[in-house]
Amino acid sequence: MALFTEAFLTALLAGAISAGIPLLLVGLGEQMSEKSGVLNIGIEGMMLAGAYTGFLIAWKTESMGLGFIAGAGGGMFVALFMAVLCVRMGLNQIVIGISLTLGAEGATAILHHFQFSRTYPRLPATLKWDIPVLHDIPVIGPALFGREPVVYFALILVAVFAYLYRRTHFGLALQAAGDKPAALDSSGVDVLKVRTVAVLTTGALAGLGGAFMAIVGAGIFVPFMTHGNGFIGIVLAMLARGRPLWVLGGATLFGACLSLTTALQVAGIDIPTDVIQMLPFAAVMAVLIVLGSKANLPVSLGTAYARGER
Amino acid sequence: MAGTSAAATALDQDGPLVSLKNVTKRFPGIVANDRISIDFWPGEVHVLLGENGAGKSTLVSMLTGFQQPSEGEIEVAGVPQDLSSPQRALDLGIGAVYQHSMLAPTLTLAENVSLGRPWWQKPDRRGIADEMRKTANSVGITIRPEALTSALSLGERQQAEIVRALMRGSRFLILDEATAMLTPKDAEKLGNLMRLIAQDGRGVVFITHKLNEAVAYGDRISVLRLGKKVGGLPPEQLRAMDKTEAHDEIVRLMFGTRTTGSEATENTPPPQHKLDETEKPILEILALEVDDEATPVSGIELKIRPGEVVGIAGIDGNGQVQLAEALAGQRPVRNGRIYLDGVSIEDKSIGGRRNLGLSYVTDDRLGEGIVGAFPVSLNLLLKQIGDAPFWKHGLEQPAEIARNATEKVAAFDIRTPGIGTPAGKLSGGNIQKLLLARELGEKTRAVIFAKPTYGLDLQNIAASRNRIREAADARKAVLLISTELDELLELSDRIAVMSQGRIVGIVDNNETARQRVGELMSGVGE
Repeated sequence: MALFTEAFLTALLAGAISAGIPLLLVGLGEQMSEKSGVLNIGIEGMMLAGAYTGFLIAWKTESMGLGFIAGAGGGMFVALFMAVLCVRMGLNQIVIGISLTLGAEGATAILHHFQFSRTYPRLPATLKWDIPVLHDIPVIGPALFGREPVVYFALILVAVFAYLYRRTHFGLALQAAGDKPAALDSSGVDVLKVRTVAVLTTGALAGLGGAFMAIVGAGIFVPFMTHGNGFIGIVLAMLARGRPLWVLGGATLFGACLSLTTALQVAGIDIPTDVIQMLPFAAVMAVLIVLGSKANLPVSLGTAYARGER
Repeated sequence: MAGTSAAATALDQDGPLVSLKNVTKRFPGIVANDRISIDFWPGEVHVLLGENGAGKSTLVSMLTGFQQPSEGEIEVAGVPQDLSSPQRALDLGIGAVYQHSMLAPTLTLAENVSLGRPWWQKPDRRGIADEMRKTANSVGITIRPEALTSALSLGERQQAEIVRALMRGSRFLILDEATAMLTPKDAEKLGNLMRLIAQDGRGVVFITHKLNEAVAYGDRISVLRLGKKVGGLPPEQLRAMDKTEAHDEIVRLMFGTRTTGSEATENTPPPQHKLDETEKPILEILALEVDDEATPVSGIELKIRPGEVVGIAGIDGNGQVQLAEALAGQRPVRNGRIYLDGVSIEDKSIGGRRNLGLSYVTDDRLGEGIVGAFPVSLNLLLKQIGDAPFWKHGLEQPAEIARNATEKVAAFDIRTPGIGTPAGKLSGGNIQKLLLARELGEKTRAVIFAKPTYGLDLQNIAASRNRIREAADARKAVLLISTELDELLELSDRIAVMSQGRIVGIVDNNETARQRVGELMSGVGE
């Protein structure tokens, strides 16, 4: 079929990765929170805060690197509320999570409106690193090995987290914090500290994912621009349970669906755009129906830990 | 042993290992521990006894650093210490094993032991496993360090926790109701293990409800009542007494002047219900089969006549729960028939069976027995919601509901601040009374009791057993499922022994019953 030309496939794969990287970052982040027993619904808000601060700093300083750092910082700032309110003070994680998401949506939209009114300034194209030799492979080369440094960072992170979870005491402590916090506490590890570290890391990763959408994906900031990516990240984390590699697989799959949306339109296939735009969400539902019952979540997920309570 | 601080090595001296000096702990509205002073000596198993709510758990949580005393001091090896966190208690050589395992279920035993080391380090799974095996061998037990915790029995988990405490160099080990949920055999193992550990010059604190365990394994006994230490038996005195004397003395300390110990049942004669052999049975079970992944139940044949108590003996997990739930209608019946007063009920719903007069007193009191957030009054009607006269045309009749609750609270001596109090706030004993009040109505023809005294203190055990006797005296058919042989021997007319989902024998309750049930349970008498 004429559809599957080299250019189409390259665009499809490149698009899948562009759309998948934010999901990967956000999914890895959510996974860490959930492992430690915190259901982080505020992650959509953390992502949006990261997109806004990331865009703002990249635009002001004209440095993509600073933009990404600021994005991670923005996400972490929102996560700080989650850490204080839910982990330290033991408030309801679902209520606080929803409030943070709604709050971040409103705050970024209004700040953006004050600053730029209805103009949407654009960022210049981002710096890319070509990996020698690998870059010359057709289709895969340009799509995967001639990318922004953040893409490589996210992929390396998968390996780092897999190592961290399986090969360090930090991984054991995370898992115990989610499954039996009292056991961890009686081993002399501060449960609240472990969970705080996890939540703040989640915020940084979600912020980075948001910044990627603004700086690399769109080149502009639009209010509500993360539309549901954070929530897909929650689904990914639940399905992947403790395994970072599964988050990568899931993120690629959903990324491909998102990218197919654009690729099919570019290829001029005559399907209503509404149907195409629905694809990723239909995919989420399909995956949930097949695998949802097997999502084996940590026992204490969503429950605050207070020492001495039984 | 490696990893212990200077404070732990300082424990090697002549005085007490740990001393409580006038320790008081207050919670809002309650004094949980009132000026308690106790010395814990090396080389001794020190038993702490007391009813539910006597303040044992609070005492333990202060010794393990989970809570801090409001007043008074805790001395470790003669030095006053501030046990400000669990970590601090561990550093001082104080370890604890609880009724419910304190191991993360999704980690292996070795990984659980490894918890708490610096976060960036790689867990030395093999090294720790070897060390665990060595430590376990030194106290004469075998464990499987590579096994996933969730795959092990509670007894195995508790042994692993003791090994972990020993590996950390604990010189002072607290066993907080550690035998409460174990099978008799595992409890005995644990008892022997704690004796062995104490002989090494360590101190052991053993908290239990069971008098025979206290006397069998303890060197010294202290009794708490309503937050105060009310007395005890030092080793010389305990050794000089025989079993019955010791029991009587402890019961006197625990309950004041009353001397009726319900656990001292070995000399009580079996019940003498007037049974008419020719009378038609109320509950009749024929060739019953129940599906279950772990323990399928099959070939159950039982007939229970009016006024008869049939006991089901057996080690936990041999199909008793499945049988009880299938009878009550909470689990589908695969094959066979159940007759209640001649009516076949195996296809009827839970409510349908209840209306015909079948009651089930569950052992999962908090899980399926009550709705904790509902008031006592509604929990007393939980299985009749929507029924007249308490509901009319779908509307609640508060006056009727309150009248019913007030009556039952008085009749069953449920100690509650009021009928509007959420049932979850009551103590275990009072929740059990609530369940009994709900299930033992006038219409009831047959009652299934699942472990009716499990986890209760002596007073409530006696109260529950009296209710079972009353039910039989009122000519109801009673099926009594229990893991406590003494209880079955005290109450039952006949005892059926269950093993791996089958009834392996039915024994008339006479002088030889203890021996024969024991044989059937251990697989000898088949």
